[in-house]
Amino acid sequence: MPRGNNPGRFIWLYRTYILAFLVFLVSPLVAASIFAFNDSLFPALPWQGFTLNWFFNDSEPQLGVFHDRRLLRGLHYSFIIALAVSMLSVFVGTCNAFLFERGNFPGKNFFYIMMILPLVIPGVILGISILVLASVIANGLEDNYNIEFDFLRPGILLVVFGQFSFITTITTLVIAARLKKFDIAMEEAALNLGASWKRVLATVTLPFLRPAMIAAGIVAFLVSFENFNTTLFLVGSEAPLTITMYDRMAKVGSTPVLNAMSFLLIVGSGMLALLSVVVQRDKSPK
Amino acid sequence: MHQDLKRLSLFLLFLPFGLWIILLIVVPHIGMAVLSLREKVAPRVYEYGLGNYIEFINEPIYWNTLLRTGSMSLLVTVLALLIGFPIAYYIAKVAGYRTRGALFLFCLIPLWVSDLIRAFGWILLLRETGVISGFLQWSGIIAEPVEFLYNDVTVIIGLVYTVILFMIVPIASTLDGMDNSMIEAGYNLGGSGLTVLGRIIVPYAMPGIASGCIVVFMLTAGSYLTPILLGGKNSSWFTEQIYDQFITRYNWESGAAFGFFLLAFTSVVVWLGLKLTGQTLTNTVARN
Repeated sequence: MPRGNNPGRFIWLYRTYILAFLVFLVSPLVAASIFAFNDSLFPALPWQGFTLNWFFNDSEPQLGVFHDRRLLRGLHYSFIIALAVSMLSVFVGTCNAFLFERGNFPGKNFFYIMMILPLVIPGVILGISILVLASVIANGLEDNYNIEFDFLRPGILLVVFGQFSFITTITTLVIAARLKKFDIAMEEAALNLGASWKRVLATVTLPFLRPAMIAAGIVAFLVSFENFNTTLFLVGSEAPLTITMYDRMAKVGSTPVLNAMSFLLIVGSGMLALLSVVVQRDKSPK
Repeated sequence: MHQDLKRLSLFLLFLPFGLWIILLIVVPHIGMAVLSLREKVAPRVYEYGLGNYIEFINEPIYWNTLLRTGSMSLLVTVLALLIGFPIAYYIAKVAGYRTRGALFLFCLIPLWVSDLIRAFGWILLLRETGVISGFLQWSGIIAEPVEFLYNDVTVIIGLVYTVILFMIVPIASTLDGMDNSMIEAGYNLGGSGLTVLGRIIVPYAMPGIASGCIVVFMLTAGSYLTPILLGGKNSSWFTEQIYDQFITRYNWESGAAFGFFLLAFTSVVVWLGLKLTGQTLTNTVARN
């Protein structure tokens, strides 16, 4: 592969392959976006002319995405869930990074494997196992003590827990990778100069970790936002966006308003993903 | 005093980790195991036994779905490896510094776009009234609209598309750490392109390959949206059976047993994969 008998032609073929792959990569995204601008009731050819109605129009039949109450509500719930998941998982991920990079305790390898495990459990299973546990507890409390805990029923809190359960592994790995690069002599120097360990943490170690924490937070936000498998089983009446869009697709069929939403999501998550890369890159040479 | 402080901080650090793993992973799975062993014999009367598992084993439809999901997931994994490896190699070793960054970003951005939107894009391209069918008609290759959706080939293409980035990224980052002089040395010692690939590059990339394969296989076997949206009602994917038992039939006991079959199946495949390639979970998955 690296050098064929005919290097010129080989590299040319290789580049064509890469190009074909890139076309394969973007074509569904382009298809999902482009019909948002087609002045037609169906996301299909022929092209009926350019319009922004699927974004801004406020009446049926071309109800724009910014006036579609249910989609906007889904977006709102997705935001709340993703924000909660990313804050929780960055906090626990940071603790875990210190625990596994700095701590020494019996059974560390075992616990490390336990930490990785949520990433290799299918999302559907994480969803049903948390659903089962929460319902068993809720039913038990209701039957035996007549207490009703609504938050143990499918709803936002369970969705947050379900997503948090595997996203924390991702944030831990991102933050631990950065902590591994930290030169412990910097902490020792600060301690020798008389700083308390709290102050060392706040002024030396955590600032060093900040880019990784921000990047992990963005990744967690995006993974939470796009999650479907785990969420599907835990969702209550406050459905996040992916579930709302799926329902719309299953019940109403595809309409260009979904293309408009897809376009917004593609642009939004693309920018966030870029941001997470930039945040990590700028600080890494130091 | 110092020792106590250290213990205390270790304990405080362990607390969130322990709560997370125990409350959200260990206890729920135990709960699911208990539930899967329970059978409803009369309203509010339960009996414990292996009934749900036996029911599964005796019903060929369930077995077939599991085997079908497993074999298609393996196929998707192999395809993703074959298609993705040259891309990863190009990113890590062939592309110039700038192109590499751009390609890497390019590969990452669709990673953060939801499965739903990607499947939606494929539907718009492939359905009877879709872009490809329309284009082929316009160019005169076909006379009637053709339905490209709702068959196994489409499901496999869609799944490869969904997961291939998880194959490319770990392989590219493993190859990135490889010294180019190793490849040069292989050639200087008279190795052909294939020998160098098989004896130097692939063995070096093995942790990345194993990591990619594990993640890809798990994601495929556990996927729900892509097979259903692209395969239609007859995709018979195993996660669909679980959903059916849980939500449609409200038969949680057998749904939990189904969940364990999926978990056991994927764990065995991952374990076998690790054994065959001589890798461990820690040095593969934890690398990314």
